[in-house]
Amino acid sequence: MRRIALAAVAASGLTVMLAGTALSDETDWGAYEVGDKRSGYTYAATETRSIQDDDFENPAMLWVDTGQELWDTVEGEAGKACASCHDDAAVSMAEVGAIYPVYYEPRGKLINIEQRINLCRTENMKAKAWKWESRELLSMTAFVRNQARGRPVAVKIDGPAAPFYEKGKEFYYQRRGQLDMACKNCHEDNAGNMIRANLLSQGQSNGFPTYRLKWQKVGSLHRRFRGCNSQVRATPYKAGSDEYVNLELFLADRGRGLPVETPAVRN
Amino acid sequence: MVAWQSLGVLRALICGAGIAALFATGAAAEEFVAFKIVDNESIAKSLTGKPGDPARGREVAINRKQGNCLACHKLPIPEQPFHGEIGPDLSTAGSTYSAGELRLRIVNPKIVNPDTFMPAFYRPFGLHRVSKDFQGKTILTAEQVEDVVAYLTTLK
Ligand code: HEC
Ligand code: HEC
Ligand code: HEC
Repeated sequence: MRRIALAAVAASGLTVMLAGTALSDETDWGAYEVGDKRSGYTYAATETRSIQDDDFENPAMLWVDTGQELWDTVEGEAGKACASCHDDAAVSMAEVGAIYPVYYEPRGKLINIEQRINLCRTENMKAKAWKWESRELLSMTAFVRNQARGRPVAVKIDGPAAPFYEKGKEFYYQRRGQLDMACKNCHEDNAGNMIRANLLSQGQSNGFPTYRLKWQKVGSLHRRFRGCNSQVRATPYKAGSDEYVNLELFLADRGRGLPVETPAVRN
Repeated sequence: MVAWQSLGVLRALICGAGIAALFATGAAAEEFVAFKIVDNESIAKSLTGKPGDPARGREVAINRKQGNCLACHKLPIPEQPFHGEIGPDLSTAGSTYSAGELRLRIVNPKIVNPDTFMPAFYRPFGLHRVSKDFQGKTILTAEQVEDVVAYLTTLK
């Protein structure tokens, strides 16, 4: 609940400001701003922020609650629930949301939280993997990441993760699509500027899975990547692709120190 | 990217010669028109050989699926509520630039500034992972480019 206290600090003095307009540099955003890194929260409209601030109002908490139920549900041939092995998620999952994606030795590449969950389903529970963007996988991902809420993002980018981080970085700066735009054109060079009716944020990933008012549901970070690729008329990659997991690591490091906000609420 | 600067003329000519046929496939694709860049500063001649229509150009600048110039620029189009803050205000572009200079900046602003955020509206090559519906196609047709040029020249 540390988060809610911080939100209150950030909100004080903002009430007179208009929703959706660029806010002055002097605003104290509390934990949502670390050096020059700013969470998407700080670019969101006042009403959107207030929905996120209150767990009872935040519709994404329904997904977190579903995740909690699934955590205790026995499934698969091994006759286990997540809780059978991991017990209290508040303890066993306290860090995961802040440190993923990680390098996973048996596969020789990075895995993100969704993939880690599905590994436990297939290998440890002998249950079927959940589909990407399914209610179950989104709920469990939101639940697991929510355990780390308030913790600063602190991924590992050295050692065996280093080459994957480099690939993610390359992706971020590569122009693509008929409109020939890179992530950095919008989220690095123009954060704080209006692109027609949209206020561009830094495109940080600390709040995912996120409830988008536009989607009327919770969506994964990779869904967001696909949207940001499609809008420049580029062919998106598959959710869960290596390209997107590498990009996910680069983005996490780009937002290093920002608190995990899952489940965030955005436009 | 730097190559664009020096190869501007060459590329444009190559396109005119060999690539036109390639890009003329899709339903909406039209033949890619060759053009000549003068001193990396200007495309003096109309792509269609005719002057454009400023009223239609204004519509192209508004339309989110066409020019969508309003995504990044402010224009004297008061009935549209949202004007972007990314590029310069174009309210007097017609007195700053000649028609030829405007044409080059719309066709391919990367010849003037390789790092610009502004898309090249008439350059169907040199792109990465273009989605299927847009492959081999320019963002604007030659006619639409001319309409936008005609519109901008009225902004003094
Ligand atoms: C049969 C025991 C078992 C079950 C059931 C199980 N897991 Fe795991 N899980 C493990 C083991 C063992 C590891 C550690 C693997 C490793 O360190 O490589 C692990 C690791 C994890 C991690 C990564 C933890 C970290 O610190 O990197 C997550 C997240 C996770 N499990 C989630 C789940 C979820 C969600 C479920 C239920 C859908 C589940 N697990 C079910 C045994 C299990
Ligand atoms: C043409 C501009 C544009 C480009 C290019 C672009 N995005 Fe976005 N992106 C947006 C807009 C608009 C939004 C919604 C408003 C905001 O948060 O900026 C958004 C939102 C996001 C968000 C959600 C932020 C939050 O707080 O929830 C992430 C993450 C993101 N983008 C990542 C990326 C990545 C990674 C790339 C490159 C693959 C990319 N974007 C390319 C325009 C763009
Ligand atoms: C994604 C953002 C974006 C879009 C969309 C865009 N522009 Fe630009 N434009 C820019 C930027 C940024 C500049 C500044 C020059 C540079 O980057 O080199 C610019 C510069 C210009 C200039 C030169 C202005 C000056 O004062 O130097 C003209 C003319 C222009 N744009 C016209 C257009 C037209 C016409 C359209 C629509 C067909 C358009 N732009 C769409 C971003 C954009």
